Amino acid sequence: MREATRVLVPSGQLGSGVRADELQAGLSHRPHAIALDAGSTDSGAASLATGRSKYSPDTVRRDLELLMAAREQAGIPLLIGSCGSSGADMAVDWTLEIVRGIAAASGRALKVALLYSEQDPSALKVKAAAGAIRPLAPAGPMTDADLDACDHIVALMGPEPFIAAVEGGADIVLGGRTTDTAVLAAVPLMRGAHAGAAWHAAKVAECGGLCTVNPTFPGVVIAVDDTGFEVAPLAAKNRCTPQTVSAHMLYENSDPFRLTEPGGVLDVTDARYAAADDRTVRVTGSRWEPTPYTMKLEGASAGAFQTIMLVGIEDPLVLEDVEGFVARMAHVLRQRIVRTMGADAAAIDISLRPYGWNAVSGLPRPAGTTAPVEIGLLFVATAPTQAMATEAAKTCNPYFFHLPVREGKELPSYAFPFSPAEIERGPVYEFRLNHVVETASPFELVRTRWVTVDALGARSREAALGQA
Amino acid sequence: MAKLKDVSRYVRSKNAGPFWITLDLFFDGEDNYTRFVDAPALSAEGVARIYGVDPAQVRRYPVDSLHVLKISFPRQTPQGGAHERDMHGGQQYIRLLDLELEVASQA
Repeated sequence: MREATRVLVPSGQLGSGVRADELQAGLSHRPHAIALDAGSTDSGAASLATGRSKYSPDTVRRDLELLMAAREQAGIPLLIGSCGSSGADMAVDWTLEIVRGIAAASGRALKVALLYSEQDPSALKVKAAAGAIRPLAPAGPMTDADLDACDHIVALMGPEPFIAAVEGGADIVLGGRTTDTAVLAAVPLMRGAHAGAAWHAAKVAECGGLCTVNPTFPGVVIAVDDTGFEVAPLAAKNRCTPQTVSAHMLYENSDPFRLTEPGGVLDVTDARYAAADDRTVRVTGSRWEPTPYTMKLEGASAGAFQTIMLVGIEDPLVLEDVEGFVARMAHVLRQRIVRTMGADAAAIDISLRPYGWNAVSGLPRPAGTTAPVEIGLLFVATAPTQAMATEAAKTCNPYFFHLPVREGKELPSYAFPFSPAEIERGPVYEFRLNHVVETASPFELVRTRWVTVDALGARSREAALGQA
Repeated sequence: MAKLKDVSRYVRSKNAGPFWITLDLFFDGEDNYTRFVDAPALSAEGVARIYGVDPAQVRRYPVDSLHVLKISFPRQTPQGGAHERDMHGGQQYIRLLDLELEVASQA
């Protein structure tokens, strides 16, 4: 049997906090690569619509310092997928600047491969015209207008561009948007490991310690061979069990048995999970079914703007009938906006959400539900511009603040926590695409750029900046 | 009749991408799983009614080895719109906890 390919997965996400002690434990397994993901759509469309990382540069820098030092120590490549949360081109470049800063301090020259997968709408329109873009449920067919509405569009890469970068001698690969699994599967696939096992191992390890008994320890190591794979946590006192490993196929996944990836489907219907020792699980029976190559598209944009207000209410008369009060408030605010803002009123949406009662679901509470002791009533104005949303909030402010429980009663004052009461929240970011594109090859929609980073380069740039 | 919360050890919900919600119902032991996995309230039609979605779009995956019923359905609106109340879908399972489960008819 060929030697297993081992990949150190230090955490589920770059910037979430890797541990130096775990990295040292991981290096003792003599891994062939360090790989992790830096992205997700999980937090919403803001990262992709703006291209900005959801993590601060300091948290990403701290993780990268530890990872680059571990990479240097072992002399193995470091692969990062979906840089800067979204994997948009500017998010890859943002991550490169952090890498440059760290390399400058260490003084060693490093070969960095940058994999870009942001897409030009006009190129995708050509693809669409050729019938090469398909909707995924529940989306309908994509139109050119859908593409034009996006601020950024990315295609999710498979492992092939990472493999090419490692084979080309990259010390560090900074990938744009990539499937979470592809970045971890790349080096095992490159070294000829069992394809089903490589993809399944990657799926299990994609969230780091989440496939272990104690997910507060972030790191795991996978070892993929000719027939299956093993997974174990990096922390000595943590464990993987057949149950924790098999249950991970459920996580944030609509189908627990079949996972569509670029160029194939991972099928784990017949996978068997067995304890290899008291903290390591061995998995066999995973299958990879090759399919014509497709890449999933993600697109997002900024839409309407919101301005919000929050008021606290402890008045028992209000709390006796929260839904009645909120309904009356909605009616009064709508009238006020129509009277004051004229034609603009039609474009303004007001949403009232009583936290402490039913704000999370928006569903009525059953009759007889005990009254809360207080609520936080959230006011959300949504409008085509920030100025209009704020105008709506200011217009509604006195009624939101003073609405009496019954007509003709004295005016109460509820509890605003802030002054001014209104908060400009910025745009609503929305996902626009839920489609896949067929590609002639894994590289058709991907651009690779090679950069050497070193202390000298960084110094010369700093000098140039100093003279400017 | 039993409530879901009384026959499960863990129930959770989460986005599965921006366009889907997925529910994982971890039944408490094999007996409860066998008895209630096919309960009418947990059918595609039952779940569709609770979440206001088309039953044809509800997907059910019984996972025998884990005593889990996984149910996935499209979000009524994609994650993050103007009226979003649960960005990650993490609280969507709550309305299932008090669901009365009838043993499926063949049992």
